[in-house]
Amino acid sequence: MAEPIVQVRNVTKIYKRDTMDIPVLQNISLDVPEGEFLALMGPSGSGKTTLLNLVAGIDRPNNGSITIAGSDISKLNESDLAKWRARHVGFVFQFYNLIPVLTAYENVELPLLLTHLSKAERKQHVEAALSVVGLADRMKHYPKQLSGGQEQRVAIARAIVTDPTIIVADEPTGDLDRKSAEDVLALMEQLNQEFKKTIVMVTHDPQAAEKAHKTRHLDKGELSQN
Amino acid sequence: MKILKLIIKNVFRHKLRTFLTILGVAIAVMAFGLLRTLITSWYAGANAAAPDRLVTRNSVSFIFPLPLSYRDQIARVPGVKSVTYENWFGGVYIDQNHFFARIACDPKTMLAMYPEYVLPPDQLAAFEKERDACIIGQKLADEYHFKIGDIIPITGDIFPGQWQFVVRGIYHGKTPSTEETTMFFQWDYLNEQLLKTSPTRANQVGWYAVQVNDSKDAARVSDAIDALFANSSAETKTETEKAFQAGFISMSSAIITSLQVISYVIIGIIFLVLANTMIMTARERIREYAVLKTLGFTTKHIVGLIFGESLSIAILGGILGILITFPMAAFFAIGMQSFIPMFIVEPETLLLAGTFAIAVGIISAIFPANRAMSMQIVDGLRQVG
Repeated sequence: MAEPIVQVRNVTKIYKRDTMDIPVLQNISLDVPEGEFLALMGPSGSGKTTLLNLVAGIDRPNNGSITIAGSDISKLNESDLAKWRARHVGFVFQFYNLIPVLTAYENVELPLLLTHLSKAERKQHVEAALSVVGLADRMKHYPKQLSGGQEQRVAIARAIVTDPTIIVADEPTGDLDRKSAEDVLALMEQLNQEFKKTIVMVTHDPQAAEKAHKTRHLDKGELSQN
Repeated sequence: MKILKLIIKNVFRHKLRTFLTILGVAIAVMAFGLLRTLITSWYAGANAAAPDRLVTRNSVSFIFPLPLSYRDQIARVPGVKSVTYENWFGGVYIDQNHFFARIACDPKTMLAMYPEYVLPPDQLAAFEKERDACIIGQKLADEYHFKIGDIIPITGDIFPGQWQFVVRGIYHGKTPSTEETTMFFQWDYLNEQLLKTSPTRANQVGWYAVQVNDSKDAARVSDAIDALFANSSAETKTETEKAFQAGFISMSSAIITSLQVISYVIIGIIFLVLANTMIMTARERIREYAVLKTLGFTTKHIVGLIFGESLSIAILGGILGILITFPMAAFFAIGMQSFIPMFIVEPETLLLAGTFAIAVGIISAIFPANRAMSMQIVDGLRQVG
């Protein structure tokens, strides 16, 4: 059997708020095989976003290890971790988080600015990513000229433009109407099935979770099998 | 270079705020430039002084006169090339607000000693010929629309009475830094009037201007002149023209120091204006910085964005400020030419203003950059933009 692409081992995360320690994750272990579409569900404050942030390398565990595609990211320094994120992670946020002064094209191009690709090569990649999300005709539009669903699709294009190892999505449909949410979920399903992308998605929405191959529940910092 | 586009777009994200900040920096740079120009103009007379000219005055004070009889004795001192004499006349033209220097002189020797005052030969001849003739600088003529043949009435204060002078010449400065705002008239005219009205004040001069053969010999000649009149009723103090001018400037040193302090306070104001903008900007964009970090941008990139934006605003404001300094300085030069004959913006002033603008741009970015550097991504993403 192939090694899981995501290996979370005995991870504990404790936040400090003033003098108080707030344990969020307690001794969590999780494997995600390559090509998996995993949904993480749980009530607010259960630690699912924290787990997602740890997997994406934007937060660090207090204990345990997180290995993605063979790299133990919990041991990387800030600079190496930033490079690792640029290369291996595509992040989709609940509120899209596009840069308002940049066009759809420029937003999608952002992660490619950290690569050694030429301008022509970047153009090729951006156009391909925007075509995948069905917004090739909106590349000169600014975020405020797009609907919520379209903004999220641009954000997905930004997440996939570097062809990352995994895509992590934090409530990607949380700010969308039902129709737009279905479009976004269909797109994520397409990325998983057609482009074989490994996706870890946090969601509250059972309908969104249905699109995933597997759902894991987090409650009070502990992970349970669905 | 790849984030340059983002820096430029960020600069103009809040157009009104950026415009007002740039304008604030520009006005401060201009004010700094004008104040520094005022200070350098104050020193311009001393800096323009000829090294081979000395001034001999009463050792007690400039306001006490010296006997005219000293002229020939000074002329005989070895190393002296020529001697002329002058008197500060004072007086009021129209009212106290219409100030310009009025000096009684010996036309024959004065213009020979000051070749920087250029006067056509026919006008010089007319000046020498008529007792009540005067010559005026071109700027003074322009300001009051004086022309040759006009009569300038002056109410005397140091030398009481109603005086009238006929304009017989208009001199030009040989270089742009030569003053053109003085009225010179014949010392003989003043002396003749004093002989009639106040004989005890006649045959006295305000100071002697002494030209030496060799400027390196100035110290020895100065000592020799002062030694001549030691223990007399009117002892002298001889110094270089530059030192003489500097002595005048030192009388207003408190004003100059105040101007210098104010000019640096203005730099502080630029800093506060720009720092405030940058702190607001960085606070608003914390979430975006977190997003950029999530995408793989490093702290170095984020710091580059903040410094780039701050420097862009400071440089734009600095350039605009320097550009508007020139017309404002020209405006001031016209308005104050009687008081400050040479109001010229020096390249050093512009360099200093530009340097301060850039320094302010860098310093203003330090606090927000430090905040962005210490920001954790997860904290930044929670920030409501």
